[in-house]
Amino acid sequence: MAAPALRPMPASEKTGIHTISLFVHDRPGVLVRVALVFARRGYNIESLVVSPSAAGGFSRMTMTCSGDPATLDQIIRQLAKLVDVVSAIDHTGDQSYETEIALIKLDVQDDDRTQVLQVAEHFNAKVVDYAQTSIVLRVYGGSEKLDALINLLRAYGISELVRSGKILMARGGSET
Amino acid sequence: MSALPPTGAERLIQCLEREGVEYIFGLSGGAAMPIFDALVDSNIKLIMVRHEQGATHMADGYARATGKPGVVLVTSGPGATNTVTGLLTALMDSVPIIVLCGQTVSPMLGKDAFQEADVTGITYPVVKHSYLVKDGADIPRVTREAFYIASTGRPGPVLIDLPKDVTQGPCEAPFVDDVELPGYRVPSRADPDDIAAAAELLKSAKRPLLYVGNGAVISGAGKAIITLAERLRAPIVNTLLGKGAADETHPLHLGMLGMHGTAYANKAVVDCDLIMSIGARWDDRITGKLDEFCVDAVKIHVDVDPSEFNKMVPLDLAIHGDARLVVEDLLPMIEPGDTEAWLAQCDEWRRKYPLKYPKQGGLRAQHVLDRLHALTLGNAVIATDVGQHQMWAAQFCLSTTNRNWLSSGGAGTMGYGFPAAIGAQFGQPNKEVWSVSGDGGFQMTQAELATAAIHKLPVKCLIINNNYLGMVRQWQELFYDNRYSGVDLEGNPDFVKLAQAYGIQAWRIKRPADVDRILKLAHAYNEGPCVVVAEVVKEDNVFPMIPAGAAIKDMLIEKPRVRMEKPTGST
Repeated sequence: MAAPALRPMPASEKTGIHTISLFVHDRPGVLVRVALVFARRGYNIESLVVSPSAAGGFSRMTMTCSGDPATLDQIIRQLAKLVDVVSAIDHTGDQSYETEIALIKLDVQDDDRTQVLQVAEHFNAKVVDYAQTSIVLRVYGGSEKLDALINLLRAYGISELVRSGKILMARGGSET
Repeated sequence: MSALPPTGAERLIQCLEREGVEYIFGLSGGAAMPIFDALVDSNIKLIMVRHEQGATHMADGYARATGKPGVVLVTSGPGATNTVTGLLTALMDSVPIIVLCGQTVSPMLGKDAFQEADVTGITYPVVKHSYLVKDGADIPRVTREAFYIASTGRPGPVLIDLPKDVTQGPCEAPFVDDVELPGYRVPSRADPDDIAAAAELLKSAKRPLLYVGNGAVISGAGKAIITLAERLRAPIVNTLLGKGAADETHPLHLGMLGMHGTAYANKAVVDCDLIMSIGARWDDRITGKLDEFCVDAVKIHVDVDPSEFNKMVPLDLAIHGDARLVVEDLLPMIEPGDTEAWLAQCDEWRRKYPLKYPKQGGLRAQHVLDRLHALTLGNAVIATDVGQHQMWAAQFCLSTTNRNWLSSGGAGTMGYGFPAAIGAQFGQPNKEVWSVSGDGGFQMTQAELATAAIHKLPVKCLIINNNYLGMVRQWQELFYDNRYSGVDLEGNPDFVKLAQAYGIQAWRIKRPADVDRILKLAHAYNEGPCVVVAEVVKEDNVFPMIPAGAAIKDMLIEKPRVRMEKPTGST
């Protein structure tokens, strides 16, 4: 018997944080329509990046969210159904390249400064602003690496934090 | 003097004419005035309503009865917000309607202008798609896309918000024939491997059951389904919205399944070893308690909308395609099954648990509807409202013809039936059209009596009057210790006098002996609309009944003697 015409979704691989990539027609309201698919089910979008795509008139959305696999499967099907959404793919568990940028501002006292710079160097974070009582670090990489750095720096007093949200691209010939 | 270019509104009306629009159901207002003005010179007939909700249900009834999109035109602000219920009704039941809304001039958008509302914002969750037109040059493209999206794939409502400066300003943009919608795909034929897999599963089934829904109505799959049932020797059941797709009087048809379906249809669901949905979405009214629904049966689902697959029940096979094309592709691969024992069992249930109602003790809604069926034999269009009368009509008025049964299923919109019947009568002028309403729902859109009267539409309006919101009262009787709350319709008008106030012919049925005589009078009356008010017993209950959230096997055939637990399922 032929397999059902459904996207395979082994439950074990698809739990936890999901990363969904949307290729959308660049029309007013598309972001609201996408957001409402989540909001109606009481789901929170944890991060969202919208940017122009290589093709004119289309945008790329990369979003992360968590929830039970059955509801997320339904959410992805409902996203794909939107007239302005060309494709909706859950990349969770596949071998896509993922990255994220964070800007971290620290109120550092003189005696902490050296230690903060050592930590930053270890994580390949660059100092992009150096002031009397604060420094701003820029770091990019996987979300787990950013989490680790931020956790370490909390001890030195993070006053502001901005993260770009995860972006992702499928490897090789696969579609993002 | 050279001719002036058309205005946006004139271009819009030309686009509607190119789409073959015959009627627009609407109510005017300031922001929509350019469009109403352009209608003066058009062949499209404007049907002026008394409330915008009525317009949406008329367009919906027109669309369900004809298969063509129904068109609504309203003004901005409250005019547009009054269409929200009609949009939801159409979305839930996959009905193609186009709602055109006037809007404040575009420089005033977002500035709380008079009668401004964020209409695209308010309606996002209740449309298949929508547009806010900021540039008149987009009118031809947007209109073409709107009709294409509304009427293809899984149909649904599309809203177009039209600022007054856009409709008033010039528009010389050429007409558009082809749509370019890279995010919108319309499936047609299914994967042949899936068809072959379905044939294989059907072949090994001993107790197959065809479960037919609105998708079969929309695609016109009825004939193919009857052929499939005859070849397989398999019984058919249909949903409330699937009525009429496949002739309900066919010997293999067991009628409606689900919460108030026939006992024999529901027993077949419990005992089948294969259930094949043809355009039905395993709604909670159908499945009851999901954990116990057809646990051991093979489940096949044919749907044009892949988001329905695995939504409610885990499937063995999903077939993505148009219902009629899928069934037609399947037919050559079907071998007659050995199902005689199964069919004999179904017939035994049919004999043992027929639909019935007491013949004594006053006038019963079931009696009136049973006789309405005897008079019309499934050849009339029947549009119902929502509640007890709807379920009784579904049980007794068997539907033999596709698109003859109009009812708000998914949304359960009270007030739907009468305006839907008006829209259906416009779309099907040569058919007999009845609306069946309760006294509660009828009063929600009764202002449209005027609309029916001024057009002398021969629509027949049957009001089943029990002076209660009967379905809720039934639940309060069965599950809430008879604590009636918010169900007594004390203060109802005399519906006969109400009709007469609009100049409409009206009759009253008080006794069982009046039923046939008065239904025949209404049947024969074609001078204009008429109203039949059946004053039925106040407290009566719809059975069979599967309490919401209960398993199908726990169906109540009659009123239980013990107190019932409150239902756990949705409403």
